[in-house]
Amino acid sequence: MTVFEPVLLRRRGLDRSFDLDVYERSGGYRALRKALTSLSPQEVMDEVSASGLRGRGGAGFPTGRKWSFIPTDAPVKYLAVNADESEPGTFNNRVFIDADPHALLEGILLCCYAVGIGAAYIYIRGENLAGARALERAVAQARARGYVGGKILGTAFSCEVHVFRGAGAYICGEETALLESIEGRRPQPRSRPPFPAVVGLFGRPTVINNVETLACVPDIVDRGAAWFKTIGPEAAPGPKIYCLSGHVRRPGVYEQPMGTPLRELIEEHAGGIRGGRRIGFVIPGAAASTALVESELDVPMDYDSLRKVGTELGAGGIAVMDETVCIVETLERFARFFRHESCGKCVPCREGTVWQHLVLERLASGTGDTRDVEVLRDVSQQLVGRTLCALGAFAAAPQLGALRKFPEHFAAHAAGRCPLREAMTLA
Amino acid sequence: MTAGLDPALLSRVRELAGRFPTKRAALLPALWEVQKSSGWISPEALSAVAGALDLAPADAAAVASFYFLFARAPGGAKVIDVCDSFVCLANGGAELLDELCSRLGISAGDTTADGRFTVRRQECLAACHQAPAVQVNLEYRGPITSAEALLAELA
Ligand SMILES: Cc1cc2nc3c(=O)[nH]c(=O)nc-3n(C[C@H](O)[C@H](O)[C@H](O)COP(=O)(O)O)c2cc1C
Ligand code: SF4
Ligand code: FES
Repeated sequence: MTVFEPVLLRRRGLDRSFDLDVYERSGGYRALRKALTSLSPQEVMDEVSASGLRGRGGAGFPTGRKWSFIPTDAPVKYLAVNADESEPGTFNNRVFIDADPHALLEGILLCCYAVGIGAAYIYIRGENLAGARALERAVAQARARGYVGGKILGTAFSCEVHVFRGAGAYICGEETALLESIEGRRPQPRSRPPFPAVVGLFGRPTVINNVETLACVPDIVDRGAAWFKTIGPEAAPGPKIYCLSGHVRRPGVYEQPMGTPLRELIEEHAGGIRGGRRIGFVIPGAAASTALVESELDVPMDYDSLRKVGTELGAGGIAVMDETVCIVETLERFARFFRHESCGKCVPCREGTVWQHLVLERLASGTGDTRDVEVLRDVSQQLVGRTLCALGAFAAAPQLGALRKFPEHFAAHAAGRCPLREAMTLA
Repeated sequence: MTAGLDPALLSRVRELAGRFPTKRAALLPALWEVQKSSGWISPEALSAVAGALDLAPADAAAVASFYFLFARAPGGAKVIDVCDSFVCLANGGAELLDELCSRLGISAGDTTADGRFTVRRQECLAACHQAPAVQVNLEYRGPITSAEALLAELA
């Protein structure tokens, strides 16, 4: 097995890893102290830019560049931390929230120092009640020890951190819907421009970053951009938390360099497929990504390599399905999800996600026909590039990819039979 | 006292309103407080929250109704959320949901007549490594392989 010393998850195995004392004893808040006492905000931002860190929320946008868009002279600015984590197949942010919340907090404080932000909101999905409590506890501990609040570590830097709970709506993970949600409005995405970097939360310039992105920052400041770049590919450096689920022997979260081959993650880290079965297909980047088949598993898990094979890294949610799982049934669940979560603001998405789901229900249950396959294709194509936010494209991507790669499965279902089932319930 | 909220809760809502740059931003936190104390959000409570935040009741209702977790009717003492999204589906989530419902004699989304249990179908709970994933009153449980054992534990 390739040996990689965990960076982000190095504290996870420690007793009470979530506790401030444990965090400090293992070098925690050293980067913040270093930044506040010996680096200018610009130097912190430059280090993050030089590290090549790209956003772990899915789009892979360079983090340092995102921070640099914020007007320096704005009197009030915010950081919104995206801990909404709701796309089916994704569960990597929880490891920080539960096991290492101070690493996230330190990353938040470093971002705020670099960008000149005085308040951060951590937006956590409403289902994760324990996570919200863990964050509240960590913020209170950090405040009591002078890391959060006024005059941090006796310097002129002040920063408040608030924990804000969502209430069960996936669209709130979309960055502008997230801002609407905090503001107490219906969480429907905003049209851009203006971009949140200029007009964001409460009308102020706002940085929006994913939990894992920010959790990378303390080590970048502590060990330097050059060190960070020694991990993973040049175009997307750093460690990555991959979450593996489905029919693997050891489902869970694994930290490996960005660009680790998918096969290695499945076979070596997650223990391979269980029950002596073979792999049917793999969803590499949660519900908005195109399924891969066994012959494609040597692909390196990074943004660009996956795009080359027609799929997406997303947030790194890998679901491995054995040969007994029907791709059409999986696609029906994806469509059900996007139908349910479409905010309804744009017509192609509001209507299209309903149609996608209706025809997939028919196909999955064996009551559809070839027209349903064509409707799925047409409607999905019409979702691309015609919507206000990326949910429309997310809903389309796995369907269009599967129509291309598994035509025989669609054909069989359109004829009322599943290639994997002896008999199918026909309505 | 504003109808629909007891004085302690009302003052808590007012305090929340002071914590944000706008009063409206306290809406979700306030609704969570209401739900925590009464288990659901009655129309009267919603109007009272709206009033305390200077919002029209219909405005607050339009926001609240967007969110799956804000209960607009009383639910069971134990609310069991079962994920049957794709990973859990491939690990028995749908069967678990059916089994729970049939043991309790209800359909997904409903509450038992004695008010002890509500069972809901959920989308991915970010616990796919513990498929089939379940939450009871928003506390993670899983993997749950037996509906019978879960109900016995909750009884
Ligand atoms: C429908 C939708 C849902 C999203 N959900 C999440 C989410 O749960 N978590 C997340 O970090 N980003 C999510 N994103 C991406 C965010 O809009 C945003 O790009 C990201 O939080 C930026 O952080 P990063 O640059 O650190 O990756 C979502 C985007 C869309 C369109
Ligand atoms: S694409 Fe869908 S989710 Fe996004 S704004 Fe339009 S309707 Fe809402
Ligand atoms: S699919 Fe069930 S918890 Fe993710």
